[in-house]
Amino acid sequence: MDLDAKIPEGPIADKWTRHIDEIRLVGPRNRPHYRVIIVGSGLAGASAASSMAAMGYKVDCFCFQDSPRRAHSIAAQGGINAAKNYRNDGDSVHRLFYDTQKGGDYRSREANVWRLAQLSTAIIDQAAAQGVPFAREYGGMLANRSFGGVLVERTFYCRGETGQQLLLGANSALAKEIAAGHVNMHTRTELLDVVVVDGRARGIVVRDLVTGAISSHAADAVVLASGGYTNVFNLSTNARGCNVTATWRAHKRGAGFANPCYVQIHPTAIPAAGEHQSKLTLMSESLRNDGRIWVPKKANDERKPSEIPEEERYYYLEERYPRFGNLVPRDVASRNAKDVCDKGMGVGPTGQGVYLDFRDAISEKGADVIETRYGNLFDMYERIASDNPRKTPMRIYPAPHYAMGGLWVDYNLMTTMPGLFAIGEANFSDHGANRLGASSMMQCLADGYFVIPITIGDYLSRHPAGEIASDHSAFRDAEREVHEKTERLLSIPGNRPVEAFHRELGKLMIDECGISRNAEGLKDALKKIPELRERFWREVRVPGSGEQFNQSLEHAGRLADFLEFAELMCHDALDRDESCGCHFREEHETEDGETLRNDEDFAFVSVWEHQGVGQQPIRHKEPLEFEALPLAQRNYKT
Amino acid sequence: MKFTLEIWRQENGEDAGSFSSHEVDDVSPDTSFLEMLDILNEKLTESGGEPIAFDSDCREGICGMCSLVINGEAHGPKRATTTCQLYMRHFPDGASITVEPWRSGAFPVVRDLAVDRSAFDRIMRAGGYVTVHSGPKPDPNDVPVNPEISEKALDASTCIGCGACVAACPNGAAMLYTAAKVSHLSLLPQGQPERQERVQKMVAQMEEEGFGSCRNYGECEAQCPKSISIDFIGHMNRELLRATVIEPTDLRGEMKTQ
Repeated sequence: MDLDAKIPEGPIADKWTRHIDEIRLVGPRNRPHYRVIIVGSGLAGASAASSMAAMGYKVDCFCFQDSPRRAHSIAAQGGINAAKNYRNDGDSVHRLFYDTQKGGDYRSREANVWRLAQLSTAIIDQAAAQGVPFAREYGGMLANRSFGGVLVERTFYCRGETGQQLLLGANSALAKEIAAGHVNMHTRTELLDVVVVDGRARGIVVRDLVTGAISSHAADAVVLASGGYTNVFNLSTNARGCNVTATWRAHKRGAGFANPCYVQIHPTAIPAAGEHQSKLTLMSESLRNDGRIWVPKKANDERKPSEIPEEERYYYLEERYPRFGNLVPRDVASRNAKDVCDKGMGVGPTGQGVYLDFRDAISEKGADVIETRYGNLFDMYERIASDNPRKTPMRIYPAPHYAMGGLWVDYNLMTTMPGLFAIGEANFSDHGANRLGASSMMQCLADGYFVIPITIGDYLSRHPAGEIASDHSAFRDAEREVHEKTERLLSIPGNRPVEAFHRELGKLMIDECGISRNAEGLKDALKKIPELRERFWREVRVPGSGEQFNQSLEHAGRLADFLEFAELMCHDALDRDESCGCHFREEHETEDGETLRNDEDFAFVSVWEHQGVGQQPIRHKEPLEFEALPLAQRNYKT
Repeated sequence: MKFTLEIWRQENGEDAGSFSSHEVDDVSPDTSFLEMLDILNEKLTESGGEPIAFDSDCREGICGMCSLVINGEAHGPKRATTTCQLYMRHFPDGASITVEPWRSGAFPVVRDLAVDRSAFDRIMRAGGYVTVHSGPKPDPNDVPVNPEISEKALDASTCIGCGACVAACPNGAAMLYTAAKVSHLSLLPQGQPERQERVQKMVAQMEEEGFGSCRNYGECEAQCPKSISIDFIGHMNRELLRATVIEPTDLRGEMKTQ
């Protein structure tokens, strides 16, 4: 497996500009000859599709939702980072780079992280020009808030709906290109396979979710912007439809999958209430700016929060991490919440919850100020939990949220399969072992607006346009396999619904491959997953036919992929015999209960090569180099 | 809790469709409306039936994918709430609940409770954008915006595009949806260059899609899960008037006379 990341030479601050100077481009008159497929229409997909279409490329964009505007980027709440230094508080590209690299626990590729920090400011300019109504101060200047894991205020926001507004901005650019005929938009259409000829990605096979028709689409390059795989846990903050199918099928066709065990468990979600709960709702991390997190000092304390006096409250983050307090990075906050709950101090009916309290913020800053900042989040909480956070503390608990792992990509965002690119959450590149708050949208938009439209030219310019059409036999073969799989799913004589198996998989994964992991549990999971997969293929019932709108069939296909992917995730978690960022192996912790990295043996990206379902995959390494920022133990205490 | 559900079933766009009756039992009050339908669907699957098709995705009230007319109201009885954030505790135990898809000629049924809302996307494509390519742009602080104006623009652009306004309107009008986007962009400095053209094109597309016209019933605002104000419809009407009557659209013609 070729893992040359193609990182440009030179000092880190010059790499990106130098790279643009040196790579091959496609000229404006040639661009209309090239067809590019983009799978997904979230922040990464919509920004890439609109940018490339405006440059002149012919773009086909696919999404499984009924409209491109509904991709799950829309649910991002808190904000987007940019090293603007508007607050004059010492922010810089270097500091954003440093925070991201440190937050990722030194498991990211330096050159990519620097580029991300460097492009961050242009994203804000781009979005504002599209009419994204960012929060403004009274003089009309952009406002900022701070986010976990950093010492500066660099987060731009639109109330608690930043993702929605940024996506609507990208989506408006996409709408314009669709109207102009530059983008062919395929809604309610799902990728079911990637087609490879002579080792290069040449197109995809999709299913029209309304009619069930299976069709082939050829292109000169395929870009996956299909998001993350966190729904492997069933209960997560992801939308119900989020899935691993596109990246998993690409992986099975030869693309290396990097760091699948890195999954972020977000510290501030509303705790689960019952077995049939379909998702966990996130409360924006920005709440930690003003809310104080605590549990009763006494285990199994059943008093109401208002009845617990100040001295009997354990503000565990403030006590354990005096410098960052409630603003420690997400993984640290999540693990500490699990720790106090495991010690019996958890609150709520399940004991799996901690308080997030706004009492002090309201009395210090005034109810009006707090209302402006978080009013809509408070309303959202009240709607779900039927408690008013203005009067009684919220209850929160960590929930699987974001996948740092994804398809391996080089500096040009190309996977190990030539012609196949991955952007946004679908790739592994910028967040290391843990993503900082307000960085996901930044990465999606940097990739989509500013990186891929340029770097894809380096690949396209080396190959003539339209080499292979969709009547090539490789497409027929892929279509036949898709038909066969669909027929197989529909003909299983079982009686259990797909959801039942997804719940089983989710429970197994959260227990053995969740907030903390150990070798024994992972080995156990590696035995149980194939058993569960076999039972699924024997006992599931997928009603209806393949020639109609069939949501059970959609879910069954996605779960079938999760049941294979889960095994890879556990292999990776077992193989990485160290703790880093969100990957917390119980065997490796510092005396303070922090992650204990092993830089000697594990300062690399794990890139997995598929060997067949149920077979031990092969792990390759991309060594990580630390030139701009020396390796250091992460410490948020002092 | 126990409920009797009268649910609209329709095989596809051509099928006539009809109501069918279903019982659900042992539902916790903290179950969301869609989770209650999930439970019903699992039971239908286990007993050899076909589950009910309905759209949903984020299940946190922001993607706009979920729909459903519940007891005659878009997104059900609770104000400012999408169906996915409606909980069974909002219904009396033992209640009989009628569930229908969005009813509008412009939103054909896909299957059961799922409808095709692509008409909304076509309205957006007619002009719901600012024409800017990706690339270097001026610093946003070079274009100060009064925060009250910015917040008002956000009040409009918070629309999730679910289509409840159409389903709620006795005339099936899409005025609130269209007005939200027109207002959002016409309020901000970035939206000024295309201001006249935008409102004209979007309104023309809205009419072409077959949506009804506005009679000021106000049901759209009342049933909008994001509480988008009907004032924006007035705003759009003024924009349209301004574009067609007050402001000349041939700006270059004016320049030539100088």
